[in-house]
Amino acid sequence: MNSLIRRSIYPLYCNNFKISTRYFADGAVKEKIDQIVKNNKVVVFMKGIPDAPRCGFSNAVVQIMRMHAVPYESHDVLSDENIRQGIKDYSNWPTIPQVFINGEFVGGCDIMLQMHQSGELVEELKKVGIKSALLTAEESKKEGA
Amino acid sequence: MSLSFQHGRLISDLVTRKMTSLGGVVANAIKTKLETALQTKHLEVINESYMHNVPKGAETHFKVVVVSDKFDGLPLIKRHRLVNDILQEELRSGVHALSIVAKTPQQWDVSDKVIESSPNCRGGFGK
Repeated sequence: MNSLIRRSIYPLYCNNFKISTRYFADGAVKEKIDQIVKNNKVVVFMKGIPDAPRCGFSNAVVQIMRMHAVPYESHDVLSDENIRQGIKDYSNWPTIPQVFINGEFVGGCDIMLQMHQSGELVEELKKVGIKSALLTAEESKKEGA
Repeated sequence: MSLSFQHGRLISDLVTRKMTSLGGVVANAIKTKLETALQTKHLEVINESYMHNVPKGAETHFKVVVVSDKFDGLPLIKRHRLVNDILQEELRSGVHALSIVAKTPQQWDVSDKVIESSPNCRGGFGK
C-alpha cells in the first residue's frame, strides 16, 4: 500500500518539478529571442548556417536573401535545442525557417518565396532602410537604357 | 505499338495516382480537417516525406494546396496561421514540415495551377 502511494505521488512530484524548470527556461529563452530579433533589422532562424544550410526550406530563404543582398543575422536552431523549440513558441509558428524583419515575424519559406515573387519583399526591406540588390539592378538597367 | 505503350503508361499513372490518393492515416486526417474547417473548393494533400531521410511510408513532410473562400481578405500570414491552427495536433505529433499554398477560389482559377515540389532535403531532419 505504502509503495503504491509512493509510486503514484512520485511521478506527480517529478512532473511538477519539470514543469517549473521549464517555465523558468522558457522565460529566459523568450527574452533571449526578443533581444535577437529586436537588435537586428533582419533575422533568420534556420537549420544550419547560410554557407551550409541543412534543410531545403532554410536554403531557399538563404538564396532569396542572397538575391536581394540583404544583410541579416542567422541563427542555427540545430545547435541550440532551447532556441529550436523557443522560437516556435515565440512566434506561434510550427516550422523552421522563420524570418523576422524589424522585430516582427514575417513568415517561413513559403511566405518569403511569395513575397519575393510578388515584389512585396522589396517594399518590406525598403521600410527598414534596406535597398534590395534587385531594385538597384533594375534602376541601373533603366539608367543604361 | 505506341498505343499499347501509352496504354501501359496510362495504367501506371492511374495506379500511382490511386496510391497517392489513398494516402496514410495522417494524410487522411489532414484532408478531413481542412475540408471540414475551411469548406475547401479544392484540396491536395501531398506527402513529400519520400524526399527526406525518413523510413519508407513515413508521414512527416507534407505540402497542402488549399483553396477556400475563407481566405478572402486575409493576408498570406493569416491564411498560413489558420491552416497551422487547424493542423496543430498533427504538427505537434510527428508532422515535421508543412508547406502551404493557400488561395481563394478566384486566385486559384486565374493561377496556372502548377504546384512546384518543395526544395530538396539537406539532411537536417532529426539532427
